[in-house]
Amino acid sequence: MGRWALNGVAAVALGYILLPLIFVVWLAFFRQEIPSFPPEGYSLRWFAAILDQRKFVDGFIISFEVGVLATAIGLVLGVPAALCLARREFAGRAAIGSLLLMPLIVPGVVLGTAMYVFHVELEDTLDVDVIGTFYALVAGHVVVVIPWIVRLVMASLAGVDRTTEEAAQNLGANRWVTFWRITLPAIRSGIVAGGLFGFVTSFGNLELSLFLVGPGRTTLPIVILQYLEWKIDPTIAAVSVVQIALIAAVMLITDRYVKLARVV
Amino acid sequence: MARLDIDTLTKRYGDFHAVRDVSLQVADGEFLVLLGPSGCGKTTTLRMVAGFIEPTGGSVRLGGRDVTILPPWKRNAGMVFQSYALFPHLTVAQNVAFGLEMRKLGKTEIGKRVEEALALVRLSGFGGRLPRQLSGGQQQRVALARALAIRPDVLLLDEPLSNLDAKLRQEVRVEIRELQQKLGLTTVMVTHDQEEALTMADRLVVMSEGAVRQIGTQRDLYERPADRFVADFVGRSTFFEGMVEAPGRFRTDGGLALACSGGAQGRGSLALRPERVGIAQTPWIGLDNSLPGTVEFVSYLGALIDIHVRLSPRDRLIVHVANREDGFAPEVGQAVHVGWPASAGQIFNE
Repeated sequence: MGRWALNGVAAVALGYILLPLIFVVWLAFFRQEIPSFPPEGYSLRWFAAILDQRKFVDGFIISFEVGVLATAIGLVLGVPAALCLARREFAGRAAIGSLLLMPLIVPGVVLGTAMYVFHVELEDTLDVDVIGTFYALVAGHVVVVIPWIVRLVMASLAGVDRTTEEAAQNLGANRWVTFWRITLPAIRSGIVAGGLFGFVTSFGNLELSLFLVGPGRTTLPIVILQYLEWKIDPTIAAVSVVQIALIAAVMLITDRYVKLARVV
Repeated sequence: MARLDIDTLTKRYGDFHAVRDVSLQVADGEFLVLLGPSGCGKTTTLRMVAGFIEPTGGSVRLGGRDVTILPPWKRNAGMVFQSYALFPHLTVAQNVAFGLEMRKLGKTEIGKRVEEALALVRLSGFGGRLPRQLSGGQQQRVALARALAIRPDVLLLDEPLSNLDAKLRQEVRVEIRELQQKLGLTTVMVTHDQEEALTMADRLVVMSEGAVRQIGTQRDLYERPADRFVADFVGRSTFFEGMVEAPGRFRTDGGLALACSGGAQGRGSLALRPERVGIAQTPWIGLDNSLPGTVEFVSYLGALIDIHVRLSPRDRLIVHVANREDGFAPEVGQAVHVGWPASAGQIFNE
């Protein structure tokens, strides 16, 4: 009885999550221009329409570049931070730990406004271009990528048997070799998962990017938003399908090498 | 292999002495066991030898070389951890090869020594498995092979058997001891299990509260315990509280007058090993002590029978008798006589 109830609730929750996705995917294949039910027929024309519009392709490339770069920088900063937070005792550890997770909680619009103001000040002070540059955009995204990496790496560090590190040192490995040969493989799944979630967060981010993009450098979510202001046709659905497919593919490929269920 | 010299080794955490002035010499090829209750400092001592804990004072010399402040990776001490600490992402062979790779040996030499080490622990053919595919006993042997493959100056065993079930533990004890003797390994083992310690050691070190209480062979510790703690911790003893009234005469707080040997006059306790006491239906003739009593508790342990005899309202004596077919086996409530020579008891003055 209890099991049936649990399965029922799980099914409802799953349906709740999946239903919008199913509708978007369905819509992308409608033939008519005005989305209405029932469909008049099916076609692939909206997928072809994406390629006709330069801004979608450009937006995709920008989003991808920003996501990859922000994730890479996030890993370089986040993994050592997670190691420090998980392993070292120091004053203010809990405070710094919460601070690094903060961008997950603070609304993107607030974060975006704050960064914009910061960029204005920076540009004034340093007298270099900051606002609307590609690097400012990447720097902003690093902030939302880091919490994922820190969180997931810390979670996987908690599962590492510290005596294996001592055993490595006992066998002649110094701290550095111990980290590369023993600790890093043990937290690999956390690093991959953190990087992946960081990338997905960056790739889909809208609110923060709105404040940071410059003319001619618009990320895909913003392109979609701008398109929607003028037109509602299944092109948007087709773009979403491509985006969903891409993220799903990345997840599935990653899962082949690192079991995501073990860390998330 | 090499000798190990520990001199006045001390570890303090604030005001707390985890280890206090411990001095030990382990001869080349000797098996030394550090024995004591949890928190006695035995593991801290071992970890200072391994280099995981920096001593507050004193020194550790390995084969004549002062290693006191060297990091673990520069010591050439092979350690087997309580949890085995196998590398989960590496195969058995890769685990064993790890220390050899750190020593920058050639591929063929590594392959040869991995084979040797695995053969030594009877795991030839298991090289390709992952640790999680092995049983607890097999994992323990991989940990041992990994520590031996580097040909360490000293082998350090940290409660290596505590995660095995009782039956297997008895077998592995003998196995490790035989291997250690065959290879002439200088070995230091930490355990809280006295039976394990007695089975495996050449010499034992009894520790409590961070300090060494006594160092000696099994016989030394059992027959001539240095203090009350050792008498209590190694084997079993009955302790009569009271005082030495005159040379050879001990009066318990319960009023019993007992013949004893040794000890200074004044308060103290008289310790008696349970198997050194005779029990019979009639009084003992020709023994220094013969006392009447009532059996209060009997527990049948297989090879021997554990009997608790009430001698006075404040004195109770434990007697062990061998479980023989024709032996005397009293029942609870039965009136009996216990007897022992004065030399069987040992006085510990307060």
